[in-house]
Amino acid sequence: MARRHLVVAGSVLAVVVLYAVLVPLLAGVDDRVTDFAQARQAPSAEHLFGTDSAGRDLFVRIASGIRTSLLVALLCALLATVIGVVVGVAAGFWGGWPDRLVMRTTDAVNALPHLLLGIVIVAMFRGSLLAIVLSIALTHWTQVARIVRSEILSLRQRPFVDAAVLAGASRRQVAVRHLVPATAPQALIAVVLLLPHAVWHESTLSFLGFGLPPHEPSLGTLLEEARSSLLLGGWWTLVFPAAVLVVVTLAVAFAGQALRKVVTPPQPSELRL
Amino acid sequence: MTTVRDGRGKRPAAEPGTGPADGPARTSARPDAASRTAGDDAPSVRDLRRGRHRDVWGMVRRRLLFIVPVTGLVSAGLFAAAKYSPFDPLVGYLGTRYMTTTEADKAIISEQLGLDQPWYATYWGWLQDLFGGDLGRSRSFSQPVAQVIAERLPWTLLLAGAGLALAVVVALLLGITAGVRSGGLVDRAVTAVCVVVQGLPPFVLSLAAIAVFALTLGWLPAAGLSDGGSDPTAGGVLRHMLLPVVVLAISQVPWLLLAVRESVVTSKGEDFVAGAVSRGIPTGIVTRRHIVPTSLAPFVNIVGVRLPELVVGAVLVEEVFSWPGVAGAIVTSARDLDMALLAFLTIGTTVVVMVGSLLADVVVALMDPRVSTDG
Repeated sequence: MARRHLVVAGSVLAVVVLYAVLVPLLAGVDDRVTDFAQARQAPSAEHLFGTDSAGRDLFVRIASGIRTSLLVALLCALLATVIGVVVGVAAGFWGGWPDRLVMRTTDAVNALPHLLLGIVIVAMFRGSLLAIVLSIALTHWTQVARIVRSEILSLRQRPFVDAAVLAGASRRQVAVRHLVPATAPQALIAVVLLLPHAVWHESTLSFLGFGLPPHEPSLGTLLEEARSSLLLGGWWTLVFPAAVLVVVTLAVAFAGQALRKVVTPPQPSELRL
Repeated sequence: MTTVRDGRGKRPAAEPGTGPADGPARTSARPDAASRTAGDDAPSVRDLRRGRHRDVWGMVRRRLLFIVPVTGLVSAGLFAAAKYSPFDPLVGYLGTRYMTTTEADKAIISEQLGLDQPWYATYWGWLQDLFGGDLGRSRSFSQPVAQVIAERLPWTLLLAGAGLALAVVVALLLGITAGVRSGGLVDRAVTAVCVVVQGLPPFVLSLAAIAVFALTLGWLPAAGLSDGGSDPTAGGVLRHMLLPVVVLAISQVPWLLLAVRESVVTSKGEDFVAGAVSRGIPTGIVTRRHIVPTSLAPFVNIVGVRLPELVVGAVLVEEVFSWPGVAGAIVTSARDLDMALLAFLTIGTTVVVMVGSLLADVVVALMDPRVSTDG
């Protein structure tokens, strides 16, 4: 069941990614070139998703939008996961006051209205990719840290760690060679599950005008443009980017959940072997 | 956060003899149970409750103490970030005159405004003013910050309150219906819709609602509080708030609903439900008296957890619908880097969210004695 979900969600994602990568390459049109004679055309055979208020073809522009949004989201998810794994391993391995400090910090970060602080920070450093990535990554590492910490706590009890210690491995070796690699599946799942959140955040920031500059099409900037086009009857400027946003986030979320089931099936106890 | 300690021990001996159909096998254990509650050394229900209240107060104190340093860190970080922002605050202050002012004059102005001070001096000055009751002056609204808040807060409370109330009612009704008949037609339909709505950010929902109900059908106004800037009337406000409130509610419903459904499904499998069913209690009563009450505590918990998202939803909905509330003012002040208003709104919202989730946890802890107060 989980494998079938993974295949379905994965194929949807593959189609979207192919669309995002191939269309801008093959279309032979620069999605930034404006042509006001073609402005606000309804979807037709020539312009599958219609054109925006500057006459740019939306079929091409949405493709570049997905590419930008997914790349930004991937950066955010990777950075958040790296922070989460490092913090989680440190907390789980040392225990004691570092552990309590980490747990309190995750509580604090979780209690904050993330996106609000993101809006404020990104507004101060407007148009900077680094600010967007940091604002998302720094508020989303807590979940990963908690999962990794509890994983480390249970791993420490496992026989292979005892075996390594008996064989004379130092604490450092145990941590770096045995514990960190064992969290890899959790980290992979975390990256996938963080992606939809990151896409959401980036598109929201861009929609409010704090994200990427308007000539860099992301799903958020496209939806921001839809806001003014809608008043002039351009329904397609909203429908297609919104549909793509939903399909991308849902497919990634489903893939993540299915992946979690596939990677971490209910494990039989090692002691029973 | 609150966690369920274990699945047993709820209301010890609080329901003596609810079941008329207590079997003969149970009667043997009965005198023992009765002597336990009546015994001198065992704590009475009242003692347990009093101890519980003490635990909850302890949690409240710990969490309040925790809110202070977090708020301090967030506000300090805000002022530090503002200092390192590449935007010259003078641009906001001078507007178009920025171009015509000489460098020497700019230096004088920034010295008078205290812009050349390090961020902690600015922060310290802001803190002193704040505790002295002076919130400063908002540049983007050309009003004192206190007045901006006083004028706009009621509208946000109206929008967010109505939205949250609607979301809670819808989530409870549909969630319980779906959970009780899990796997049925209603359940599958509701769950599918929820999953799709989870993928839609509030601003997309807002735009879609405006496109359909305001622009295409023309049933409801697209923005603002009243038609053409006239004074708002009760009926007019009601008409104008319908779309934003419904959109805000819809954007919050999926998480709440799926949580209710989940806890209803879980409690359906608990022993006390099986016991009630086997005693021949009708399904309707089992649902109302046994399943729903145990599902409410996790629900209150999830409402508390979702508070930050409600704030973000309010920000986006107010922005798209030009609703004159404080949440929309956050976006305006962030756009203009109007620090006096921005700092107060951001930090105020942060405190409100943290206190709100504490309140939710207190309600949960008082509702359900199984919940631990360690968090």
